[in-house]
Amino acid sequence: MADLEFLARQGFAPDAGPPKGLPDEIPITLTINGERRALHVRPWTTLLDLLREDLSLYGTKKGCDHGQCGACTVLLDGERINSCLALAVTKDGSELTTVEGLAGKDGTLHPMQEAFIEHDAFQCGYCTPGQICSAVGLLKEGHAKTREEIREMMSGNLCRCGAYTNIVDAIEDVLAKGAAK
Amino acid sequence: MNRFSYARPGSVADALREVASSPAAKIIAGGTNLVDLMKYNVERPTHLVDVSRLPGLKSIEETGEGGLRIGALVSNTSAAYDTRVQERYPLLSSAILAGATAQLRNAATTGGNLLQRTRCYYFYDAAVPCSKREPGTGCPAKDGVNRIHAILGTSDKCIATHPSDMAVALAALEAVVKVAGPRGERDIPLADFHRLPGDTPEKDTNLGADEIILAVELPEARFAKNYTYLKLRDRLSYAFALVSVAAALEMDGDKVVEARIALGGVAHKPWRVPEAEVMLRGKAPDRMVFETVADRILLGAKGYGGNDFKIELARRAVIRALSQAAAGTPQSQTDKRIQ
Repeated sequence: MADLEFLARQGFAPDAGPPKGLPDEIPITLTINGERRALHVRPWTTLLDLLREDLSLYGTKKGCDHGQCGACTVLLDGERINSCLALAVTKDGSELTTVEGLAGKDGTLHPMQEAFIEHDAFQCGYCTPGQICSAVGLLKEGHAKTREEIREMMSGNLCRCGAYTNIVDAIEDVLAKGAAK
Repeated sequence: MNRFSYARPGSVADALREVASSPAAKIIAGGTNLVDLMKYNVERPTHLVDVSRLPGLKSIEETGEGGLRIGALVSNTSAAYDTRVQERYPLLSSAILAGATAQLRNAATTGGNLLQRTRCYYFYDAAVPCSKREPGTGCPAKDGVNRIHAILGTSDKCIATHPSDMAVALAALEAVVKVAGPRGERDIPLADFHRLPGDTPEKDTNLGADEIILAVELPEARFAKNYTYLKLRDRLSYAFALVSVAAALEMDGDKVVEARIALGGVAHKPWRVPEAEVMLRGKAPDRMVFETVADRILLGAKGYGGNDFKIELARRAVIRALSQAAAGTPQSQTDKRIQ
């Protein structure tokens, strides 16, 4: 049980066990990066742990695991959310896009991915999948027009290397090119 | 996180039954605060009732009395950008956008925002005493690190603040919380929804353990022109308020007809002092008047060492917010320079 191992690593002693009569796993359906998947999840598994531990989709990163850093940002039914704060079972039937699903089937990068490369919008890269998913969500929302607004609307994504200037450059560039998708 | 069973009821009636089925049941909607608290072992529900798909609670509708009814499951994002909210209740839109991040606002709901719990460090740390988390264990914040803590309405048992920005605007707008319980539906005025800690700091609100929020109802709009939500915090974005002020004025020419002032970050609930608001009636906006009003609001304010600065900060914030509201120049939630 990967989830229990994770808890142990965090220093939490797992409880004696689930209440009696609790089904171990609950069947759900998620469309992940265009592929419909029938899954069985325990109710306490977060979307983030499901992606990384069960589905080997390692693009989505675990930073703080508390919704404070944005490294786990994914697009749920087109809207950006923190996957660390979403229990997978509650998202049954949803469509999920992770950083792995942004590029075209032929490998053509999403304009936001291209812009991040062009503007050197990362250093260590750990926050980058979250930054890019968040920026794609920002484009779709359509509320940020100015540089100042981009900064405010990206405040949920921390970059400890401090690549913010280039991240804003990249997003501003995509906005200017009208490549919003 | 502890283990728990999970239910996804299809109706409010079924949800109420699920909630009543176990004393340790918890309702989950957006989950942005509850899941976090569960990861810290602060909340340990044995049964989770997922209300996120209940029908009829995800829309914003006219009330018939000129107001708006915001369903409990409307996301913070949807409420903030709804054109009716933006045009008629810009104070509410502004306050919501002052809080959290785009990701959190997309997931967090209107009902959940009201029920989020304090961000007191001691409450969040399950290894230390906290009377809010474990009744009777005491309050380490009083003599500890208390920069973010309350200066008004505190008790010996608890000096935590309520962290919501949205609720501060709703208090100023005199919203009403519509709730359902086993004995039917009832209304709780926003002012009575959250409570002061007193001897029972474990209770944040007057919502019954067997009740569910259905909606928040706004009365007819009156403050769409002269308003502001001024939020002061340790960084420019994505931080809880040290002090915030929702100010709303109804003006007739250069005279104030009615004033509403609610403070966030200073108490266990959005802080309003009707006696202070009345002092503005019939007056022309004037710094001297604002100072008197601010002093009245902060009457009895008490610091605990680390948060002593909040008393003067709150006083200045009230004066500045009233100036902004009177001038019709609300604080931008993007450009954080304070004019």
